[in-house]
Amino acid sequence: MREVAIIGASMIKFGRFADRDLAQLGAQAATEALQDAGVEMKAIEALYSGNFYSTSGSGQRVLQQIGQTGIPVVNTANACASGSTAFREAFFAIGSGAYDMVMAVGSEQMGKQGLLGSRGDQATSLEGRVGSYMMPAVFGMAGMEHARQYGTQAEHFAMVAVKNHYHSTQNPLAQYQKEASLDEVMKGRMISYPNTLLMCCPTGDGAAAAILCSMDVARKYTTHPIKVAASVMTSDPYTERDLTLPDVNTLTRNAAKIAYEQAGIGPEDLSQVELHDCFATAELLHYENLGLCNDGEAGKHIASGAPWIGNRIPTKYQEDVAPFQDKSYVPKTKAVVNASGGLLSKGHPLGATGVANIAEIVFHLRGQAGGRQVENSKVGLAHVIGLGSACTIHVLQK
Amino acid sequence: MADSTTATPEVRPLVKHLTLGPTRDKDFLNGSRCSNCGELYVGPRLFCAKCSAAGSFETVRLGSTGQVYVWTIVYQATPYVKAPYIAAVIDLDGGGSVNANIVGVEPRPDAMKFGMRVKMSTEKVSEDDDGNSYIAYQFQPA
Repeated sequence: MREVAIIGASMIKFGRFADRDLAQLGAQAATEALQDAGVEMKAIEALYSGNFYSTSGSGQRVLQQIGQTGIPVVNTANACASGSTAFREAFFAIGSGAYDMVMAVGSEQMGKQGLLGSRGDQATSLEGRVGSYMMPAVFGMAGMEHARQYGTQAEHFAMVAVKNHYHSTQNPLAQYQKEASLDEVMKGRMISYPNTLLMCCPTGDGAAAAILCSMDVARKYTTHPIKVAASVMTSDPYTERDLTLPDVNTLTRNAAKIAYEQAGIGPEDLSQVELHDCFATAELLHYENLGLCNDGEAGKHIASGAPWIGNRIPTKYQEDVAPFQDKSYVPKTKAVVNASGGLLSKGHPLGATGVANIAEIVFHLRGQAGGRQVENSKVGLAHVIGLGSACTIHVLQK
Repeated sequence: MADSTTATPEVRPLVKHLTLGPTRDKDFLNGSRCSNCGELYVGPRLFCAKCSAAGSFETVRLGSTGQVYVWTIVYQATPYVKAPYIAAVIDLDGGGSVNANIVGVEPRPDAMKFGMRVKMSTEKVSEDDDGNSYIAYQFQPA
Protein backbone atom coordinates (compact mmCIF):
# COMPACT_ATOMS: atom_id res chain seq x y z
CA MET A 1 0.00 0.00 0.00
CA ARG A 2 1.20 3.50 -0.86
CA GLU A 3 1.09 6.29 1.68
CA VAL A 4 -2.18 8.20 1.36
CA ALA A 5 -2.56 11.93 2.01
CA ILE A 6 -5.40 14.40 2.36
CA ILE A 7 -4.78 17.71 0.58
CA GLY A 8 -8.27 19.17 0.73
CA ALA A 9 -11.11 19.02 3.26
CA SER A 10 -14.39 20.81 3.78
CA MET A 11 -17.58 20.72 5.77
CA ILE A 12 -20.55 22.96 5.05
CA LYS A 13 -22.52 24.31 7.98
CA PHE A 14 -24.96 21.65 9.16
CA GLY A 15 -28.59 22.60 9.67
CA ARG A 16 -31.99 22.25 8.06
CA PHE A 17 -32.05 23.49 4.48
CA ALA A 18 -35.51 22.82 3.08
CA ASP A 19 -34.82 25.18 0.16
CA ARG A 20 -31.81 23.20 -1.11
CA ASP A 21 -31.51 19.65 -2.41
CA LEU A 22 -29.04 16.90 -1.62
CA ALA A 23 -26.95 17.45 -4.75
CA GLN A 24 -26.51 21.13 -3.94
CA LEU A 25 -25.31 20.33 -0.43
CA GLY A 26 -22.83 17.74 -1.70
CA ALA A 27 -21.70 20.02 -4.54
CA GLN A 28 -20.96 22.88 -2.16
CA ALA A 29 -18.81 20.65 0.03
CA ALA A 30 -17.06 19.17 -3.03
CA THR A 31 -16.32 22.61 -4.50
CA GLU A 32 -14.93 23.86 -1.19
CA ALA A 33 -12.68 20.80 -0.86
CA LEU A 34 -11.35 21.32 -4.39
CA GLN A 35 -10.63 24.98 -3.59
CA ASP A 36 -8.99 23.99 -0.33
CA ALA A 37 -6.73 21.53 -2.20
CA GLY A 38 -6.06 23.96 -5.03
CA VAL A 39 -7.04 21.42 -7.68
CA GLU A 40 -9.65 21.39 -10.41
CA MET A 41 -12.39 18.86 -11.01
CA LYS A 42 -10.58 17.47 -14.05
CA ALA A 43 -7.78 16.25 -11.76
CA ILE A 44 -10.19 13.99 -9.86
CA GLU A 45 -10.05 10.41 -11.17
CA ALA A 46 -12.85 8.83 -9.12
CA LEU A 47 -15.59 9.86 -6.69
CA TYR A 48 -16.77 7.99 -3.58
CA SER A 49 -20.07 9.28 -2.23
CA GLY A 50 -21.54 8.36 1.15
CA ASN A 51 -25.26 8.77 1.70
CA PHE A 52 -27.87 6.70 3.53
CA TYR A 53 -31.37 7.82 2.60
CA SER A 54 -31.13 8.67 -1.10
CA THR A 55 -32.01 5.81 -3.43
CA SER A 56 -30.62 7.50 -6.55
CA GLY A 57 -26.90 8.01 -7.11
CA SER A 58 -25.86 10.74 -4.69
CA GLY A 59 -22.37 10.94 -6.24
CA GLN A 60 -23.56 11.26 -9.83
CA ARG A 61 -25.93 14.02 -8.73
CA VAL A 62 -22.99 15.92 -7.25
CA LEU A 63 -21.10 15.59 -10.55
CA GLN A 64 -24.14 16.93 -12.42
CA GLN A 65 -23.64 20.10 -10.39
CA ILE A 66 -19.85 20.46 -10.49
CA GLY A 67 -18.65 18.65 -13.62
CA GLN A 68 -19.70 15.47 -15.42
CA THR A 69 -16.20 14.35 -16.29
CA GLY A 70 -17.25 10.73 -16.76
CA ILE A 71 -15.15 9.37 -13.87
CA PRO A 72 -16.16 6.25 -11.93
CA VAL A 73 -18.59 6.92 -9.08
CA VAL A 74 -19.18 4.57 -6.15
CA ASN A 75 -22.09 5.31 -3.80
CA THR A 76 -21.91 3.84 -0.32
CA ALA A 77 -24.65 3.27 2.26
CA ASN A 78 -23.60 1.93 5.66
CA ALA A 79 -25.97 3.60 8.13
CA CYS A 80 -24.16 6.31 10.16
CA ALA A 81 -20.85 5.06 8.73
CA SER A 82 -21.90 5.75 5.11
CA GLY A 83 -19.55 8.74 4.76
CA SER A 84 -16.55 7.16 6.43
CA THR A 85 -17.11 4.06 4.29
CA ALA A 86 -16.86 6.26 1.18
CA PHE A 87 -13.68 7.83 2.57
CA ARG A 88 -12.21 4.39 3.21
CA GLU A 89 -12.97 3.30 -0.37
CA ALA A 90 -11.19 6.46 -1.55
CA PHE A 91 -8.28 5.57 0.71
CA PHE A 92 -7.96 2.14 -0.90
CA ALA A 93 -8.24 3.61 -4.39
CA ILE A 94 -5.13 5.69 -3.72
CA GLY A 95 -3.30 3.22 -1.51
CA SER A 96 -3.62 0.44 -4.08
CA GLY A 97 -2.16 2.65 -6.81
CA ALA A 98 -5.32 2.49 -8.93
CA TYR A 99 -5.64 6.29 -8.92
CA ASP A 100 -3.48 9.25 -7.95
CA MET A 101 -6.22 11.67 -6.88
CA VAL A 102 -9.82 11.01 -5.82
CA MET A 103 -12.61 12.69 -3.90
CA ALA A 104 -14.79 11.47 -1.05
CA VAL A 105 -18.08 13.25 -0.40
CA GLY A 106 -20.58 12.59 2.37
CA SER A 107 -24.03 14.13 2.22
CA GLU A 108 -27.48 13.76 3.75
CA GLN A 109 -30.78 15.55 3.82
CA MET A 110 -32.89 14.32 6.72
CA GLY A 111 -35.07 17.29 7.49
CA LYS A 112 -36.82 16.50 10.74
CA GLN A 113 -37.30 12.77 10.25
CA GLY A 114 -34.25 10.83 11.37
CA LEU A 115 -34.24 7.12 12.01
CA LEU A 116 -37.70 7.38 13.53
CA GLY A 117 -39.08 8.30 10.11
CA SER A 118 -39.76 4.99 8.43
CA ARG A 119 -42.23 2.81 10.26
CA GLY A 120 -43.70 -0.41 9.03
CA ASP A 121 -47.36 -1.29 9.07
CA GLN A 122 -48.57 0.00 12.41
CA ALA A 123 -50.54 -3.15 13.32
CA THR A 124 -47.50 -5.40 13.01
CA SER A 125 -44.84 -3.05 14.37
CA LEU A 126 -42.88 -4.28 17.38
CA GLU A 127 -41.82 -0.80 18.42
CA GLY A 128 -43.10 0.04 21.89
CA ARG A 129 -44.88 -3.34 22.18
CA VAL A 130 -41.91 -5.69 22.47
CA GLY A 131 -39.36 -3.21 23.82
CA SER A 132 -37.92 -0.35 21.77
CA TYR A 133 -35.63 -0.54 18.78
CA MET A 134 -35.33 3.19 18.21
CA MET A 135 -31.89 4.70 18.64
CA PRO A 136 -32.70 6.70 21.81
CA ALA A 137 -33.70 3.51 23.64
CA VAL A 138 -30.84 1.45 22.23
CA PHE A 139 -28.27 4.01 23.40
CA GLY A 140 -30.15 4.59 26.64
CA MET A 141 -29.78 0.88 27.41
CA ALA A 142 -26.14 0.85 26.25
CA GLY A 143 -25.47 3.55 28.84
CA MET A 144 -27.44 1.66 31.47
CA GLU A 145 -25.25 -1.38 30.83
CA HIS A 146 -22.27 0.79 31.84
CA ALA A 147 -24.21 2.01 34.87
CA ARG A 148 -24.95 -1.60 35.80
CA GLN A 149 -21.27 -2.59 35.53
CA TYR A 150 -19.64 0.46 37.08
CA GLY A 151 -22.26 2.53 38.89
CA THR A 152 -22.04 5.37 36.37
CA GLN A 153 -24.51 8.14 37.25
CA ALA A 154 -26.83 10.10 34.98
CA GLU A 155 -24.73 13.21 35.72
CA HIS A 156 -21.61 11.57 34.28
CA PHE A 157 -23.41 11.04 30.99
CA ALA A 158 -24.88 14.54 31.12
CA MET A 159 -21.39 16.06 31.47
CA VAL A 160 -20.65 14.85 27.94
CA ALA A 161 -23.43 17.11 26.67
CA VAL A 162 -22.15 20.05 28.73
CA LYS A 163 -18.68 19.59 27.23
CA ASN A 164 -19.77 19.14 23.62
CA HIS A 165 -22.27 22.02 23.66
CA TYR A 166 -19.54 24.18 25.23
CA HIS A 167 -17.11 23.20 22.46
CA SER A 168 -19.71 23.96 19.78
CA THR A 169 -19.87 27.63 20.72
CA GLN A 170 -16.54 28.01 18.89
CA ASN A 171 -17.63 26.07 15.80
CA PRO A 172 -19.49 28.28 13.30
CA LEU A 173 -20.25 25.17 11.19
CA ALA A 174 -22.15 23.43 13.99
CA GLN A 175 -25.92 23.06 13.69
CA TYR A 176 -26.32 24.33 17.26
CA GLN A 177 -23.87 26.62 19.06
CA LYS A 178 -25.53 26.97 22.41
CA GLU A 179 -24.10 26.18 25.83
CA ALA A 180 -25.98 24.37 28.58
CA SER A 181 -25.07 23.84 32.23
CA LEU A 182 -25.18 20.44 33.92
CA ASP A 183 -28.44 21.44 35.59
CA GLU A 184 -29.96 22.51 32.28
CA VAL A 185 -28.94 19.26 30.60
CA MET A 186 -30.27 17.16 33.51
CA LYS A 187 -33.58 19.03 33.68
CA GLY A 188 -34.14 18.91 29.93
CA ARG A 189 -37.02 16.92 28.48
CA MET A 190 -36.30 13.21 28.98
CA ILE A 191 -36.16 11.31 25.67
CA SER A 192 -35.07 7.84 26.77
CA TYR A 193 -33.49 7.47 30.19
CA PRO A 194 -30.82 8.59 30.96
CA ASN A 195 -30.57 10.72 27.80
CA THR A 196 -32.41 14.05 27.89
CA LEU A 197 -33.03 16.20 24.82
CA LEU A 198 -29.61 17.90 24.96
CA MET A 199 -27.95 14.47 25.23
CA CYS A 200 -29.35 13.38 21.84
CA CYS A 201 -27.94 14.47 18.48
CA PRO A 202 -30.29 16.38 16.21
CA THR A 203 -31.37 15.32 12.73
CA GLY A 204 -30.41 17.64 9.91
CA ASP A 205 -28.87 18.30 6.53
CA GLY A 206 -25.23 18.67 5.62
CA ALA A 207 -22.25 17.61 3.57
CA ALA A 208 -18.48 17.29 3.79
CA ALA A 209 -15.75 16.37 1.36
CA ALA A 210 -12.08 15.42 1.16
CA ILE A 211 -9.49 15.21 -1.62
CA LEU A 212 -7.12 12.26 -1.27
CA CYS A 213 -3.96 11.54 -3.22
CA SER A 214 -0.72 9.64 -2.91
CA MET A 215 1.89 11.26 -0.67
CA ASP A 216 4.16 11.82 -3.68
CA VAL A 217 1.44 13.69 -5.53
CA ALA A 218 0.45 15.58 -2.37
CA ARG A 219 3.88 17.15 -2.07
CA LYS A 220 3.36 18.85 -5.46
CA TYR A 221 0.38 20.72 -4.03
CA THR A 222 1.27 21.41 -0.42
CA THR A 223 4.18 21.47 1.97
CA HIS A 224 1.85 20.22 4.74
CA PRO A 225 -0.09 17.16 3.56
CA ILE A 226 -2.08 15.24 6.17
CA LYS A 227 -1.15 11.56 6.32
CA VAL A 228 -3.85 8.91 6.69
CA ALA A 229 -1.96 6.71 9.12
CA ALA A 230 -4.72 4.14 9.63
CA SER A 231 -8.01 3.21 7.98
CA VAL A 232 -9.97 0.45 9.68
CA MET A 233 -13.44 -1.01 9.45
CA THR A 234 -15.08 -3.70 11.55
CA SER A 235 -18.56 -5.19 11.86
CA ASP A 236 -19.99 -6.58 15.08
CA PRO A 237 -18.61 -9.99 16.00
CA TYR A 238 -21.00 -12.41 17.69
CA THR A 239 -21.43 -11.56 21.34
CA GLU A 240 -23.92 -12.90 23.85
CA ARG A 241 -26.72 -10.32 23.60
CA ASP A 242 -25.81 -8.56 20.33
CA LEU A 243 -28.94 -9.75 18.54
CA THR A 244 -31.08 -8.23 21.29
CA LEU A 245 -29.08 -5.19 22.41
CA PRO A 246 -26.70 -4.02 19.66
CA ASP A 247 -23.15 -4.28 21.01
CA VAL A 248 -21.52 -0.96 20.10
CA ASN A 249 -18.45 -1.73 22.19
CA THR A 250 -16.73 -4.84 20.86
CA LEU A 251 -16.47 -3.72 17.24
CA THR A 252 -15.04 -0.36 18.35
CA ARG A 253 -12.47 -2.11 20.56
CA ASN A 254 -11.50 -4.38 17.67
CA ALA A 255 -11.18 -1.43 15.28
CA ALA A 256 -9.15 0.62 17.77
CA LYS A 257 -6.67 -2.20 18.31
CA ILE A 258 -6.05 -2.55 14.58
CA ALA A 259 -5.89 1.24 14.06
CA TYR A 260 -3.24 1.74 16.74
CA GLU A 261 -1.18 -1.10 15.25
CA GLN A 262 -1.50 0.32 11.73
CA ALA A 263 -0.53 3.82 12.83
CA GLY A 264 2.20 2.61 15.16
CA ILE A 265 0.85 4.69 18.03
CA GLY A 266 -1.05 4.25 21.27
CA PRO A 267 -4.02 6.21 22.62
CA GLU A 268 -1.60 8.30 24.74
CA ASP A 269 -0.17 9.72 21.49
CA LEU A 270 -3.50 11.19 20.35
CA SER A 271 -3.92 14.97 20.46
CA GLN A 272 -7.63 14.66 19.79
CA VAL A 273 -10.52 12.40 18.89
CA GLU A 274 -13.76 12.98 17.01
CA LEU A 275 -15.91 10.07 18.16
CA HIS A 276 -19.48 8.98 17.52
CA ASP A 277 -21.49 10.72 20.25
CA CYS A 278 -24.91 10.14 18.68
CA PHE A 279 -26.08 10.13 22.31
CA ALA A 280 -24.18 11.33 25.38
CA THR A 281 -24.15 7.78 26.77
CA ALA A 282 -22.21 6.58 23.71
CA GLU A 283 -19.32 8.99 24.25
CA LEU A 284 -18.49 7.62 27.70
CA LEU A 285 -18.52 4.02 26.41
CA HIS A 286 -16.12 4.96 23.62
CA TYR A 287 -13.57 6.53 26.03
CA GLU A 288 -13.02 3.00 27.24
CA ASN A 289 -13.46 1.31 23.85
CA LEU A 290 -10.80 3.56 22.31
CA GLY A 291 -8.46 3.15 25.29
CA LEU A 292 -8.62 6.82 26.33
CA CYS A 293 -9.15 5.59 29.90
CA ASN A 294 -9.27 2.24 31.66
CA ASP A 295 -12.48 0.20 31.80
CA GLY A 296 -14.89 1.58 34.34
CA GLU A 297 -13.19 4.98 34.52
CA ALA A 298 -15.09 6.88 31.81
CA GLY A 299 -17.16 8.79 34.38
CA LYS A 300 -14.04 9.89 36.20
CA HIS A 301 -12.38 10.74 32.89
CA ILE A 302 -15.05 13.22 31.73
CA ALA A 303 -15.17 14.77 35.22
CA SER A 304 -11.37 15.12 35.34
CA GLY A 305 -11.43 17.65 32.50
CA ALA A 306 -9.04 15.63 30.31
CA PRO A 307 -11.27 15.37 27.20
CA TRP A 308 -12.25 19.06 27.32
CA ILE A 309 -10.48 21.66 25.15
CA GLY A 310 -7.49 22.83 27.23
CA ASN A 311 -7.70 19.56 29.23
CA ARG A 312 -9.62 21.31 32.00
CA ILE A 313 -13.18 22.01 33.10
CA PRO A 314 -14.06 25.64 32.26
CA THR A 315 -14.19 27.77 35.43
CA LYS A 316 -17.94 28.39 35.13
CA TYR A 317 -18.69 24.65 35.23
CA GLN A 318 -16.18 23.62 37.91
CA GLU A 319 -18.61 23.91 40.77
CA ASP A 320 -21.20 21.71 38.98
CA VAL A 321 -18.66 19.02 38.13
CA ALA A 322 -16.75 18.98 41.45
CA PRO A 323 -19.12 16.55 43.28
CA PHE A 324 -18.49 13.96 40.55
CA GLN A 325 -14.70 14.29 40.46
CA ASP A 326 -12.26 11.79 41.89
CA LYS A 327 -9.26 13.90 42.95
CA SER A 328 -7.02 10.84 42.93
CA TYR A 329 -7.83 10.04 39.28
CA VAL A 330 -4.90 10.55 36.90
CA PRO A 331 -6.01 10.62 33.24
CA LYS A 332 -4.26 8.02 31.13
CA THR A 333 -4.59 10.18 27.99
CA LYS A 334 -5.14 13.86 27.25
CA ALA A 335 -6.84 13.58 23.88
CA VAL A 336 -9.46 16.32 23.51
CA VAL A 337 -12.72 14.67 22.51
CA ASN A 338 -15.19 16.22 20.06
CA ALA A 339 -13.70 19.70 19.86
CA SER A 340 -16.18 20.27 17.02
CA GLY A 341 -19.09 20.01 19.44
CA GLY A 342 -19.61 16.39 18.42
CA LEU A 343 -22.73 15.02 16.83
CA LEU A 344 -24.67 16.37 19.82
CA SER A 345 -24.26 19.97 18.66
CA LYS A 346 -22.45 19.88 15.33
CA GLY A 347 -25.29 17.72 14.01
CA HIS A 348 -25.50 14.27 12.44
CA PRO A 349 -26.66 14.21 8.81
CA LEU A 350 -25.82 10.50 8.54
CA GLY A 351 -23.92 10.34 5.25
CA ALA A 352 -21.99 13.56 5.95
CA THR A 353 -20.83 12.62 9.45
CA GLY A 354 -17.94 10.29 8.63
CA VAL A 355 -16.32 12.73 6.23
CA ALA A 356 -17.03 15.74 8.47
CA ASN A 357 -15.21 14.08 11.40
CA ILE A 358 -12.16 13.64 9.19
CA ALA A 359 -12.39 17.25 7.93
CA GLU A 360 -12.53 18.48 11.53
CA ILE A 361 -9.30 16.64 12.39
CA VAL A 362 -7.65 18.07 9.25
CA PHE A 363 -8.60 21.62 10.30
CA HIS A 364 -6.94 21.10 13.70
CA LEU A 365 -3.79 19.43 12.36
CA ARG A 366 -3.33 22.46 10.10
CA GLY A 367 -4.04 24.91 12.93
CA GLN A 368 -7.16 26.25 11.16
CA ALA A 369 -9.78 25.45 13.79
CA GLY A 370 -10.18 28.97 15.17
CA GLY A 371 -11.50 29.34 18.72
CA ARG A 372 -11.83 25.59 19.21
CA GLN A 373 -8.28 24.81 18.05
CA VAL A 374 -6.68 21.95 19.98
CA GLU A 375 -3.28 23.35 20.84
CA ASN A 376 -0.40 21.88 18.85
CA SER A 377 -2.52 19.01 17.51
CA LYS A 378 -0.33 16.39 15.86
CA VAL A 379 -2.35 13.18 15.71
CA GLY A 380 -6.13 12.83 15.53
CA LEU A 381 -8.53 9.90 15.43
CA ALA A 382 -11.96 9.92 13.74
CA HIS A 383 -14.41 7.23 14.86
CA VAL A 384 -17.87 6.40 13.52
CA ILE A 385 -20.39 3.68 14.30
CA GLY A 386 -23.31 2.79 12.10
CA LEU A 387 -25.78 0.53 13.89
CA GLY A 388 -26.30 -2.77 12.32
CA SER A 389 -23.25 -2.50 12.74
CA ALA A 390 -20.23 -0.90 11.07
CA CYS A 391 -17.35 0.85 12.82
CA THR A 392 -14.69 2.90 11.06
CA ILE A 393 -11.59 4.47 12.54
CA HIS A 394 -9.20 6.75 10.71
CA VAL A 395 -5.99 8.07 12.25
CA LEU A 396 -4.62 11.28 10.72
CA GLN A 397 -1.17 12.72 11.28
CA LYS A 398 0.50 15.99 10.46
CA MET B 1 -48.08 -17.05 7.84
CA ALA B 2 -51.19 -16.51 5.72
CA ASP B 3 -51.25 -13.57 3.33
CA SER B 4 -53.35 -10.46 3.82
CA THR B 5 -56.22 -11.74 1.61
CA THR B 6 -57.22 -14.37 4.18
CA ALA B 7 -61.00 -14.34 4.56
CA THR B 8 -61.25 -15.50 8.17
CA PRO B 9 -59.43 -13.26 10.62
CA GLU B 10 -56.60 -15.01 12.42
CA VAL B 11 -54.89 -14.65 15.77
CA ARG B 12 -51.18 -14.24 15.07
CA PRO B 13 -48.03 -13.82 17.16
CA LEU B 14 -46.47 -10.36 16.68
CA VAL B 15 -43.00 -11.95 16.59
CA LYS B 16 -41.76 -15.30 15.25
CA HIS B 17 -40.25 -16.25 18.58
CA LEU B 18 -43.65 -16.30 20.28
CA THR B 19 -45.57 -19.59 19.93
CA LEU B 20 -49.29 -19.25 20.60
CA GLY B 21 -51.15 -21.86 22.62
CA PRO B 22 -54.92 -22.54 22.69
CA THR B 23 -55.25 -19.94 25.43
CA ARG B 24 -53.02 -17.01 26.38
CA ASP B 25 -51.69 -18.75 29.48
CA LYS B 26 -50.29 -21.50 27.19
CA ASP B 27 -48.25 -19.09 24.99
CA PHE B 28 -44.48 -19.49 25.17
CA LEU B 29 -41.25 -18.15 23.66
CA ASN B 30 -39.36 -20.41 21.27
CA GLY B 31 -35.69 -20.66 20.44
CA SER B 32 -33.16 -22.70 18.48
CA ARG B 33 -30.09 -24.47 19.75
CA CYS B 34 -27.18 -25.02 17.37
CA SER B 35 -26.37 -28.74 17.27
CA ASN B 36 -22.74 -27.91 16.44
CA CYS B 37 -21.71 -25.43 19.15
CA GLY B 38 -24.71 -25.45 21.46
CA GLU B 39 -25.38 -21.71 21.21
CA LEU B 40 -28.98 -20.80 22.04
CA TYR B 41 -30.91 -18.30 19.91
CA VAL B 42 -34.25 -16.64 20.36
CA GLY B 43 -36.59 -17.64 17.51
CA PRO B 44 -35.99 -19.78 14.44
CA ARG B 45 -32.63 -19.69 12.61
CA LEU B 46 -31.05 -21.14 9.46
CA PHE B 47 -27.37 -20.60 10.32
CA CYS B 48 -25.37 -20.13 13.49
CA ALA B 49 -24.03 -16.58 13.95
CA LYS B 50 -21.45 -17.89 16.42
CA CYS B 51 -19.93 -20.92 14.63
CA SER B 52 -21.35 -20.55 11.06
CA ALA B 53 -22.78 -24.09 11.11
CA ALA B 54 -25.82 -24.55 8.87
CA GLY B 55 -29.02 -26.46 9.03
CA SER B 56 -29.12 -28.34 12.25
CA PHE B 57 -31.04 -26.52 14.96
CA GLU B 58 -33.09 -28.02 17.72
CA THR B 59 -36.25 -26.03 18.43
CA VAL B 60 -36.54 -25.40 22.15
CA ARG B 61 -39.04 -23.85 24.53
CA LEU B 62 -37.53 -20.85 26.32
CA GLY B 63 -38.14 -19.83 29.90
CA SER B 64 -41.06 -17.58 30.81
CA THR B 65 -39.22 -16.07 33.78
CA GLY B 66 -35.95 -14.21 34.01
CA GLN B 67 -34.26 -11.05 35.18
CA VAL B 68 -33.88 -7.52 33.88
CA TYR B 69 -30.41 -7.10 32.35
CA VAL B 70 -30.76 -3.43 31.32
CA TRP B 71 -33.69 -1.05 30.98
CA THR B 72 -34.59 2.42 29.80
CA ILE B 73 -37.70 4.51 30.09
CA VAL B 74 -38.94 5.74 26.74
CA TYR B 75 -40.61 9.14 26.97
CA GLN B 76 -40.50 10.10 23.29
CA ALA B 77 -42.42 7.21 21.75
CA THR B 78 -43.73 6.34 18.32
CA PRO B 79 -47.22 7.88 17.86
CA TYR B 80 -49.42 4.82 18.57
CA VAL B 81 -47.59 3.96 21.82
CA LYS B 82 -48.51 5.38 25.21
CA ALA B 83 -45.47 6.96 26.90
CA PRO B 84 -43.62 6.84 29.15
CA TYR B 85 -43.05 3.09 29.17
CA ILE B 86 -40.24 0.79 30.26
CA ALA B 87 -38.24 -1.02 27.56
CA ALA B 88 -35.78 -3.65 28.70
CA VAL B 89 -33.56 -6.56 27.82
CA ILE B 90 -34.54 -9.67 29.79
CA ASP B 91 -32.14 -12.54 30.39
CA LEU B 92 -34.41 -15.61 30.44
CA ASP B 93 -33.95 -18.37 32.97
CA GLY B 94 -32.37 -21.27 31.07
CA GLY B 95 -30.79 -19.00 28.45
CA GLY B 96 -31.64 -16.45 25.77
CA SER B 97 -32.22 -12.70 25.93
CA VAL B 98 -35.25 -10.83 24.62
CA ASN B 99 -36.38 -7.26 24.24
CA ALA B 100 -39.62 -6.56 26.07
CA ASN B 101 -41.81 -3.94 27.65
CA ILE B 102 -42.02 -4.11 31.43
CA VAL B 103 -45.48 -3.56 32.87
CA GLY B 104 -46.78 -3.46 36.41
CA VAL B 105 -44.03 -1.04 37.51
CA GLU B 106 -44.23 2.74 37.57
CA PRO B 107 -42.15 4.05 34.66
CA ARG B 108 -39.74 5.89 36.96
CA PRO B 109 -35.96 5.34 37.20
CA ASP B 110 -36.13 4.83 40.98
CA ALA B 111 -38.70 2.03 40.55
CA MET B 112 -36.41 -0.04 38.36
CA LYS B 113 -33.58 -2.33 39.43
CA PHE B 114 -30.95 -4.28 37.50
CA GLY B 115 -31.54 -7.98 38.06
CA MET B 116 -35.23 -7.51 38.94
CA ARG B 117 -37.08 -10.85 38.70
CA VAL B 118 -39.81 -10.84 36.04
CA LYS B 119 -42.33 -13.20 34.45
CA MET B 120 -43.95 -13.21 31.04
CA SER B 121 -47.55 -12.68 30.02
CA THR B 122 -49.15 -12.18 26.61
CA GLU B 123 -52.02 -10.13 25.25
CA LYS B 124 -53.55 -8.78 22.06
CA VAL B 125 -51.83 -5.54 21.12
CA SER B 126 -53.21 -4.71 17.68
CA GLU B 127 -55.49 -5.61 14.81
CA ASP B 128 -54.86 -5.06 11.10
CA ASP B 129 -57.29 -3.88 8.41
CA ASP B 130 -58.35 -7.47 7.67
CA GLY B 131 -59.32 -8.09 11.29
CA ASN B 132 -56.29 -10.25 12.17
CA SER B 133 -55.26 -9.92 15.80
CA TYR B 134 -51.65 -9.74 16.96
CA ILE B 135 -50.43 -11.13 20.27
CA ALA B 136 -47.30 -9.78 21.98
CA TYR B 137 -45.50 -10.73 25.14
CA GLN B 138 -44.45 -8.48 27.99
CA PHE B 139 -42.90 -8.96 31.41
CA GLN B 140 -43.93 -7.91 34.90
CA PRO B 141 -42.38 -8.29 38.34
CA ALA B 142 -42.44 -11.93 39.45
